[in-house]
Amino acid sequence: MSSSRFVITVIGMDRVGIVAGVTRVMAEHSVNIADIRQTTMSDLFTMIMLAEVKAEDFDLSAFQGAMSAIGKEFGVEINVQHEDAFRFMHRI
Amino acid sequence: MLIHPEEILETINMVSHQHLDIRTVTMGISLRGCSHPDIKVFNENIYQRILSCAEKLVQTTEEIESLYGIPVINKRISVTPIAIAAESCEADDYTSVAETLDRVAQEIGVDFVGGFSALVQKGMTRGDRNLINSIPKALATTQKVCASVNVATTKAGINMDAVAMMGRIIKQAAELTGDRNGIGCAKLVIFANAPEDNPFMAGAFHGVGEPDCVINVGVSGPGVVNAAVRALENPTFGDIAECIKKTAFKITRMGEMVGKEVARRLNAEFGVLDLSLAPTPAVGDSVAAILEAMGLESCGTHGTTAALALLNDAVKKGGAMASSSVGGLSGAFIPVSEDQGMIKAVQRGSLTLDKLEAMTCVCSVGLDMVAVPGDTSAATLSPIFADEMAIGMINKKTTAVRIIPAPGTQEGDMVEFGGLLGSAPVMPVHKFSSEDFIARGGRIPAPIQSLTN
Repeated sequence: MSSSRFVITVIGMDRVGIVAGVTRVMAEHSVNIADIRQTTMSDLFTMIMLAEVKAEDFDLSAFQGAMSAIGKEFGVEINVQHEDAFRFMHRI
Repeated sequence: MLIHPEEILETINMVSHQHLDIRTVTMGISLRGCSHPDIKVFNENIYQRILSCAEKLVQTTEEIESLYGIPVINKRISVTPIAIAAESCEADDYTSVAETLDRVAQEIGVDFVGGFSALVQKGMTRGDRNLINSIPKALATTQKVCASVNVATTKAGINMDAVAMMGRIIKQAAELTGDRNGIGCAKLVIFANAPEDNPFMAGAFHGVGEPDCVINVGVSGPGVVNAAVRALENPTFGDIAECIKKTAFKITRMGEMVGKEVARRLNAEFGVLDLSLAPTPAVGDSVAAILEAMGLESCGTHGTTAALALLNDAVKKGGAMASSSVGGLSGAFIPVSEDQGMIKAVQRGSLTLDKLEAMTCVCSVGLDMVAVPGDTSAATLSPIFADEMAIGMINKKTTAVRIIPAPGTQEGDMVEFGGLLGSAPVMPVHKFSSEDFIARGGRIPAPIQSLTN
């Protein structure tokens, strides 16, 4: 693992407050947003964030749990994955 | 953002809709230091040895699963062929060894343990004979133990005594698990040129040239390849090969990343990445569906072998470019019971045992998860093995047979095995006898292909 950067994807039907809700949970876990893109693909709201974690004692599974809970609240699917999952597959 | 959003969504779509997964993280463990004349001491030695290596395998793998968001379906263990490790035991019955493997597998939480195996391509030692004779009972009394016997290699030829013996062993294994549709046979593979680092079951074992403890990873993704091929508009064969190659490349990269990280965290060596298109009973996650996407009305019809050859070769090329550690079987699997498309093709009458045999000439395994009528005799099963072994021996490749003469069944019946093993339609075998052929005994000599030095 080369870094503690995560790709967070939020996919689902657009609703008021999704961005606010998701970023609030991120702030509570001290997860910083390094980059953010938002688009609509096939009528689906799609938000992709590159997030950075500095804390040594960062609890990934707690963060993933909190993110999927907020995802359920808004009816969207949220994935939190280490950036290497994408870097390895698409970059040599 | 260095990674393009479309690439991110492509990866997520592969996992969530196209069944991309790491099929297995398999830890290979050497049991060479466990030998003891007293089988009770030997069992205690292997129990402690496996526990000390693999105690954290499941937990670590689950952490990686969560870190990368890639599902790992099975966690498995492979061990030194028990025929070798247990040879110095005074006892002749090795069933207790299988029970020990099963117990430690349950405690650690792994799905399967492979290596109740013997390598007898040129002849048998006492340990080999004891192991083979113990197989039916061992498979009947355990849940997670898988057995394999290598009866042929390109270098040694085919041990036809072992082939004949395995016909009888398969029948016994079916009978002892008759109340469960002969599931014992689903955990038993007969090999030619068995790879020593294969992470896939039921044929995994930890070869004698392997290190102390190693992590091998099996990646799968017929669903991903199927979706990619189907998305092409009126492609030529060149386009299809190119598309499969690129898809295989991506899948392989993912597997290598997971394997290296698991190995690093467990202080084990990273062994091989086995890129095999292993289907599951899920719709679309099918090798037959890929062949049909190339333009075949139903898998098994004329053209199927050519389509499979293209698929298998493109998968290997993509994998070889993506990783320097590609090994094991790496190709396309064609297990009938585990592939919805294959099952339908058998039911439609387009796929027969003979066509499956032809297909095994160009793909990575052999007759796999095929059910035949319960009254199929050992003298009919053995020549089926012999044919498959001959294909492997002459073509310098791995071939295998995993066949289930499901007790009480007839042609056309369906046999349920559950889980990843799926359900198999019972396929007819030839009615003409091969009894005199199989009764001859001895060895089919190594072919001219073996004289390479």
